Order: sequence, then structure tokens, then C-alpha cells
Amino acid sequence: MALPYSELVMEHFRNPRNVGRMEEPDAKAIEGSPACGDMVAVYLRVDEESHRIDDIKFESYGCASNIATGSIITELAKGKTIEEAKTISWEQATQALGGLPPVKVHCSVLAVDGLRAAIQNYEERHGLVAEEIPTDAVEVRRRLKRVMNPEVGLDLIRTRVVSDVEVSEGVVRVVLSLSEDSQFANNIREEIIEKIEPIWDVDEVIVEFEE
Amino acid sequence: MNQDSIYLDNAAATRMDERVIEAMLPYMTEKYAVATSQFGYSLGLASKEALDGARAILAGRLGAEPEEFVFTSGSAESSNMAIKGVGMALGEKKGRHIISTAIEDFPVLHSARSLERQGFTVDHVRLDEHGRVDLEHLQELIRPDTVLVTIQAANQEIGTLQDLDAIGAICRERDVLLHSDATYSFGRVPLDVVQTPVDLVSVSAHLLHGPKGIGGLYIRKGTPLIKWMDGGFQEFNLRGGVENIADAVGFAKAVELITPKETQRLQEMRDRLMAILLEIPQSRVNGHPEHRLPHNANVSFRYVEGESVLLHLDLRGFAVSTGSACFSRSLEGSHVILGIGGNHERAHGSIRFTFGRYNKPEDVDQVAEALADIVVRLREISPLGKE
Repeated sequence: MALPYSELVMEHFRNPRNVGRMEEPDAKAIEGSPACGDMVAVYLRVDEESHRIDDIKFESYGCASNIATGSIITELAKGKTIEEAKTISWEQATQALGGLPPVKVHCSVLAVDGLRAAIQNYEERHGLVAEEIPTDAVEVRRRLKRVMNPEVGLDLIRTRVVSDVEVSEGVVRVVLSLSEDSQFANNIREEIIEKIEPIWDVDEVIVEFEE
Repeated sequence: MNQDSIYLDNAAATRMDERVIEAMLPYMTEKYAVATSQFGYSLGLASKEALDGARAILAGRLGAEPEEFVFTSGSAESSNMAIKGVGMALGEKKGRHIISTAIEDFPVLHSARSLERQGFTVDHVRLDEHGRVDLEHLQELIRPDTVLVTIQAANQEIGTLQDLDAIGAICRERDVLLHSDATYSFGRVPLDVVQTPVDLVSVSAHLLHGPKGIGGLYIRKGTPLIKWMDGGFQEFNLRGGVENIADAVGFAKAVELITPKETQRLQEMRDRLMAILLEIPQSRVNGHPEHRLPHNANVSFRYVEGESVLLHLDLRGFAVSTGSACFSRSLEGSHVILGIGGNHERAHGSIRFTFGRYNKPEDVDQVAEALADIVVRLREISPLGKE
């Protein structure tokens, strides 16, 4: 029987590494929500001197690839400094699992975001954060590189789906060259809102479709 | 599926009954002629007789006349034919308003959406928490330009049965046509078009241990429809193309083999499975507790996601279905669970079990045991539900 997942994904799904809750972590973060279906919690124990990740744990509410990508990022991050761990990309996570089906690549983005959010949480707790910069179209496009086009498993920017981005007084308008009736239209809309709305100076996100 | 697998997804497809295959075989080997007119050669007449016989059996099961039953390639086509057919036949004459529900299966949902793009308006009737239609709201929604009400007989996921008698009475009184997608209930829940005022009914063979690729549409005499497929004059000049006689014969045989006694047996297994599953903490039934398909169980488990459950069950040899977004082709959570006011979390954790002829009582205990273990394991690694 041909499962859609690689053997490595199945192995991490069946026997996830570093799974569970950490008591009194130095930092933690939860990405996703029950509403959007996938959730990853990441807990860190960081050496105060060297900023090295001594221990990392994750919890997952999601599908097989969510569990597997959560598992793999803990393996990739363990023993690295937080600066090194920040550079781990979803491409690396996906590769380390021997690939993911295109519609599931967004799971690895979520896992990597969970790790980065936990690191950010550590930096905030330890006064290591830079000031907040006002959001512009460039920043929005940068973040849209983290929203997947499930049809091909690559991001919206690379697949040239984003035709326009406007930012004005807290309202972000994203125009997609995509039919509103296309198979993944609703999913992409939700993912965009999920990535852009939490930005500190964004009040509203409007996603428009044009063929 | 290997021999040891336990298949509990009989609302997706069913194993064909050997007796159905046996009944079909002669129409592929010896009696392969096309169904000819009454003036044709003997071989063609034999084919025509077989087709007419199958039609009579299927129409009879619905209390209809044979000439009110048209064969199609499956209930997806039947629903397209009914909804678009009525829309196109009456759009100019009467109006462009259709009433449906938010929880219909995709053929109905998307046929209505397709008409919407052509200028029709589609309203959805309010549903209660179990997915049953609010009859008063239906009354309110009917307008002078309403051409069709399309409401399913039974829901594909949560199994809720609609009160078609009451819905039909309202439509009849207000002079509006009623179509019902009975794909999931046909054969298992009686429907008689003499008693129930319904004008169009979609049915299919593939969930009744019959072949895939054949279905039918009941069309009450005098119902306005456009010609669906241009071709010859087959299927009362509504659907052209060479008739699929072997599958039609298989469809009729499959329906003949469905008995109330068997359905009762499936219901007993279903009832027992539901009772065991509801003992798992933080679980709940989706759909109506009583007015539901006899062979459908649908339960949501909190804090776990359906695709993971499905994959773990698959690794242990069980086949089930889920309303989780991760499992769907569009990455969207079940529109049915969301349509009855459920949240995404409930959709993601919903698991559907549907029974068929080849299930045995021990399947219930085995799947329940495996599932209880899987839910515990997934909850251990879930960030939810621990506070």
C-alpha cells in the first residue's frame, strides 16, 4: 500500500522525539489554533551563558505531518544556539523528513514558526529584542513567503500568486491572482489572515481574489 | 485492503456482492448487444428486456412507475441533472430562486453554486444542532420565483435523516418542486414517492454492494427538465448514450439483496459501537441521536485530529473516515459539522464509521479498542485539554 508519506515521516509520526510538556521552561510558544486545525507548542531550556538550546520539547494537535515536523524541528534545534536555531527553515525541516506531500508543506512552516516564536519568547523574557518597526508592503510580502500554495507545496510569492499588497492605516489588502472558486481558495485566505493579523500594528486583513 | 482489514467506510464505497457480479456477467459476455427498439433483432431485445426489468425493480423500490426512473452514471450526475435541469427548464418561465441546506453533499452543493454563478439565488434553510431542517424557516424562504427546493434524505457524514414528508407537504402546498439526494439512505431507509411528495430523487448503486458508475434519478411524471445529454433517444429522450445494461442489472440485483433484516443487523452493530465510543471521555455524537441512518456512527473526540486517528487506525488495519480539514481535498474542515453550528475543532476530531454487509459483530469491539488506545496516545502529545 502506498502511503502519501515518506518512511521518515511515518517513523516520526509513530515515535515522535522530544514529545511532551516541559516543566518550568525558559521559553515557550504555541503556534496555530484549534480553529485553524493545526497547533504546535514548543518548550525550550536555554543555557543563559552560551544561549545554547539544552533541551527542547514539543506538543502537537494536528495531522501526521504536523506531528512529524514538530518532532524533526526539535531534533534539528537541540544543541544549537538560539541564533543558529533561528535560521532553520521549513525547507530544511521538510528535507530532513525526506519530503512532504505538497498539500502538507504548510505543516513544516507551522513547526518552524513554533520554534522561532519560542526563541522570540526567550529573547523577550531576557531583554534581547529590537524595537517594533511599522509594517509595510515589503514586510507583508516577506511574511507571505511563509504561506503555502497547497497545490504545489511552494509559497505564494514564489508561485507568483500575490498580485498586489497594500498597507494603509492598519489595513492590509492582499490581492491574489486566483479564482475564488479554486480548490484551496478558502484555505489560503485563512492562512494569510493567520500570518498577517497578529502583527502588532495590523487591525484588519482583506484578501481579494481576481482571475 | 488486505484480507484482515476491517472496513468501516461503507458510506464511501462498498465491496460488491458476488451475486451482483454473477448477475452482471452475462451482459458483458453473451448478452452484450445494445438495447434495441422493439423492432430489433433478438439479442437486442434480450438486452432491452434486461434493462426494462432492472428499471422496474428500482422504480418499484421507490413506489414509482418504470418510466419515472432514468439511469445515470451515479447520484452525482443524478443531482446535477435534477438541479441544473429544473433550473434551466424553469429559470426563464418561473424564476431563479433555489432553496437548499448548507450540509448537502458536494454534487448538490456545487450544482446549486454553479446556478448561482449564472444568476440564480440560493438560500439555505436553518438547521437545528443535529442538522434537521427548520420547517418554519423553509416556509418563510419560499418565494413566488422559487423553482426548486433540494434537501437531502440523509446526511453523508452525520447520518441525520430529514422529515421529507413534512418538507414535501410544504413544497406541494406552495407549488414548488422538491429534489432529494437519497444516495446514503436508498435501500436502508424506506422512501415511497406515493406517500412522500417528492418530485426528484437521486440514488446510486455503489453504497449497496453494487457497482460504481451507475445511479438513477426518479422523475415524477410531468416534472419539467431539460434534455440532459444529447445523443440518441435513450432514457426517455433525457439522457443520450448507449445504456449501461450490465451495471443496471447489477444495481437492481444489489437493491433486491438489501433486506430490512440485514439493515437491522447493521443497526445493532452501530448502536453498540456508539455506546462504547461515548464512554471515551470528551466524546460526543454528531448528528441526530434517533433520526439517523441505521448504519452510520459519527463521533468527535476532543483534543485529537482526525487524520492522525485515521492513519493510526489504518496502520492497525481499520478503514474509517474523518471530517478533518487535513484529510479533505480542499484542506477545509467538514462543511457539515460547521453547517450545524459545530466549530473547527469538532470537525477536526470527527470520525465516521459506516457499516455494511461484510462487517461482523467482533469488528465493533476491535475498532473500539484500537480507537480508545489511539485517542489516549494522541491526547498525551496534544497541547490541548491538559489544564
